[in-house]
Amino acid sequence: MFGKLTIDALPFYSPIAAGGAAVTVGGALLVAIVLTWLRAWKYLWTDWLTSVDHKRIGIMYIVLALIMLLRGFVDALMMRAQQAMALNAGGYLPPEHFDQIFSSHGTIMIFFMAMPFMTGLMNVIVPLQIGTRDVAFPWLNAVSLWLSAAGAALVMVSLVIGKFSTAGWTGYPPYSGIEYNPGVGVDYWIWAILISGVGSTLSGINFIVTILKRRAPGMTLMRMTPFVWTALVASVLMAFAFPAITVACGLLALDRLAGMHFFTNAHGGNMMNYVNLFWIWGHPEVYILILPAFGIFSEVVSTFSRKRLFGYESLVYATAAIGILSFTVWLHHFFTMGSSAGVNAFFGVMTMIIAVPTGVKVFNWLLTMYRGRIDFHPSMMWSIGFIVTFVIGGMTGVLLAIPPADFLMHNTTFLVAHFHNMIIPGVLFGYLAGYMYWFPKAFGFAFNRGWGLGAFWCWIIGFYLAFMPLYLLGLKGMPRRMETYNDPTWQPYLLVAASGALVVLCGIGCMVMQLYVSIRDRARTRDLTGDPFDGRTLEWSTSSPPPPYNFAVIPTVSDREAFLEMKEKGVAYRRPAAYEPIRIPSNTPIGVILGAFGFVLGFAMVWHIWWLVLASGLVMFAAVIVRSSNDDQEFTLSAAEVKAIEDQRYRQLGSRS
Amino acid sequence: MAAGFALLTGACDLKRAAVIDPKGPIALAERNLLFDAFCVMMIVIVPVIVLTLWFAYRYRASNTKAAYTPTWANSVGIDAITWLIPAIIVIAVAVLLWRSTHRLDPYRPLESKEAPFDVQVVAQDWKWLFIYPEQGIAVVNQLAFPAGRPVSLRITSDTVMNSFYVPQLAGQIYAMAGMQTRLQMLADQPGTFVGRNSQYSGGGYSDQHFEVQAMSPADFDAWVARAKQGAMRLDATTYPALAAKSRANPITYYSTVEPRLFDSIIDKYRHSGHAHAAPVRR
Repeated sequence: MFGKLTIDALPFYSPIAAGGAAVTVGGALLVAIVLTWLRAWKYLWTDWLTSVDHKRIGIMYIVLALIMLLRGFVDALMMRAQQAMALNAGGYLPPEHFDQIFSSHGTIMIFFMAMPFMTGLMNVIVPLQIGTRDVAFPWLNAVSLWLSAAGAALVMVSLVIGKFSTAGWTGYPPYSGIEYNPGVGVDYWIWAILISGVGSTLSGINFIVTILKRRAPGMTLMRMTPFVWTALVASVLMAFAFPAITVACGLLALDRLAGMHFFTNAHGGNMMNYVNLFWIWGHPEVYILILPAFGIFSEVVSTFSRKRLFGYESLVYATAAIGILSFTVWLHHFFTMGSSAGVNAFFGVMTMIIAVPTGVKVFNWLLTMYRGRIDFHPSMMWSIGFIVTFVIGGMTGVLLAIPPADFLMHNTTFLVAHFHNMIIPGVLFGYLAGYMYWFPKAFGFAFNRGWGLGAFWCWIIGFYLAFMPLYLLGLKGMPRRMETYNDPTWQPYLLVAASGALVVLCGIGCMVMQLYVSIRDRARTRDLTGDPFDGRTLEWSTSSPPPPYNFAVIPTVSDREAFLEMKEKGVAYRRPAAYEPIRIPSNTPIGVILGAFGFVLGFAMVWHIWWLVLASGLVMFAAVIVRSSNDDQEFTLSAAEVKAIEDQRYRQLGSRS
Repeated sequence: MAAGFALLTGACDLKRAAVIDPKGPIALAERNLLFDAFCVMMIVIVPVIVLTLWFAYRYRASNTKAAYTPTWANSVGIDAITWLIPAIIVIAVAVLLWRSTHRLDPYRPLESKEAPFDVQVVAQDWKWLFIYPEQGIAVVNQLAFPAGRPVSLRITSDTVMNSFYVPQLAGQIYAMAGMQTRLQMLADQPGTFVGRNSQYSGGGYSDQHFEVQAMSPADFDAWVARAKQGAMRLDATTYPALAAKSRANPITYYSTVEPRLFDSIIDKYRHSGHAHAAPVRR
């Protein structure tokens, strides 16, 4: 009846694991109680969970990302604490728990923090920047969100029922195979990635079509904002790269479930095929995450330097070049697998070549700051901190790209420090810059600057404290993923690294305070104009938050900095003679239903509850059929209703002056 | 004062760091490559960091004396420079990379007057087995060889993927079941070094380190003689007990070893008559 699921799946094997489960369950219960107390269930359902509005979907993505950031960060703190104490078998975690933590940390931070954060920002901003009313496929967009949430929920539920994977976020076989890992952990990992991967692939397709087909009149490709360009290239990468990990995880699942031998030691299996497939996705994934962040930095640096972006064409070509080159470097993740010198050298050189367009981008941001008028808004601080820190990570990346040097440093904490040095400043700082930049646009009130600056300083100081010691430990030959160690000279470095994690914790505290203070003060800090930063691009031309249709009249674009040009010509706030009725997609529960049953399907696959697999699969199939047969998917906002909303907007604009 | 002291002890400690302080020509060449590339990269890294901080300070909004050119956004000359500077640096490092990757191919035997010293390495859960075919002995968790003589390693795994890693002598390469990888090393002087598995392989991973001993020829002969005095033999009947999971194994000597043991460990994963088994670089 319940497959492999028994009462033994509850995490009473260790008090710490039981504590984690209790916090997860308690947190979920607390949220449910608060929602009930606020009588917010109906509002939540009708206005959010069933919404197909890209802005709301984007905000829900970012909420998911921030929650998962907390979870992934707790994992990081636990690892730093363990390694700080773990000299000569010290520490508080058994190896079977430590390895779940490093596996879930990586999985969560990449798949369920960075990916939703990026997709969320793209959702909120891309349609506004290209001057359209929604994405090309609004319902598909909701499906993507809820499948991502289903994957995240599977990772969270593994805290409470059963165990998570111990095979690291990369899940290399044969260790992740059934022979060496008979438990359910790897299955949780596989199904979380497979289900959310479908969502990511659909998002990629959705944004390719949206950006190519839905731009406002006059917005040629070379008039798109840098963020839209990077979102476009990242979406192309998503659509092409995600199938590789879907195949890799699917074959691994067949090895585990059906006794096949794609990646096993014996019977003709070959783990090297998995490693190649994984990184054929994995390296483009780095650029899927980082390119949109580059786009955000371009917007932020230009806005807060009060200056046109320097070298737009160069930036666009650099973005496209990175997109193509990102598929030609995957082997640098395993120079130590015994390829010939020619193969290793080829991939090493390709990796270096990618540094060229990246270097061009850095110079362009610098030259945008040059002779500007720089406002040190938190978003600008994230950007400056990014440039300074990221070039260090780029430098260590070039070192690791030289195969013989990689033989020395691979799999050490030097490598760990390197990729955190790319992903924290390059990806996370970019998303946080975007989050603090576009917050007033999404919610209609200011985001507190002081706490934002506090968050920045804690994050960047904490970053250096946490990861510079890891570079040095790598030079001392410390492999990654050590649960204990016997070299007493490592410990001082690990203590410093742990202190860095505590400083980052303060940064997260500042982020919580920033939200609290901003919401508390929202009545005083309303953004009445929709343009709090003297913006240059179309998202600032609408109200904050934008109306459901974004633009009452679709703007006509004649410059890269479309909104700045309108302001300079004095036509930015000109009212049209008359409004027209607007068609808007209706809310639908099918997206959240697919997510919920996607979660059930994954859970049933993990525990081999075959009847439930079949039942949830049928429900999902039926839901798609119902949705596809429904021709009534939009409603009309009449010209009078549009006028009423716009009247309100112009009253606000008037009250400002 | 305390911070200065900490920095000083840190610097002394780092001078002895495994990667900074190699003890053989291969690790030395790999380290020098690291240093060379580091220095070349500094040509661009340092100016970028300095310029970023300087521009941020100089063009702060409150400094109204600084020049302000809000629409200056194009310059073909500067564009050319921003592409050319990274390109030139990358070409320089790429040449370095191409040559060194071929020179330091871990499959390429070292040039030396002395014949290479062969050792076969098997990764197990969670220990390392070293088979010395010339001497006919096998040792768990200790790799001994004469200093000054090139060591040629053939590496496989009898479990999941491992990575054989000796930072002061050779760097690392993966060990995979059913396959053989190679690594060359040479120790300039007698000495004791640390070797590890650097690829996570399960519960006993943290204790899966081994002792690397480069010895004078006389000491090495004495070591072999001592190993040969042991009573334990390694053959098809005793091997499974050794290969079973075990943690933090002490150094263990086997006075005799079945001659084809290493090949049989590889072959047992390749038995099932697959004509198209993965090609192996020998």
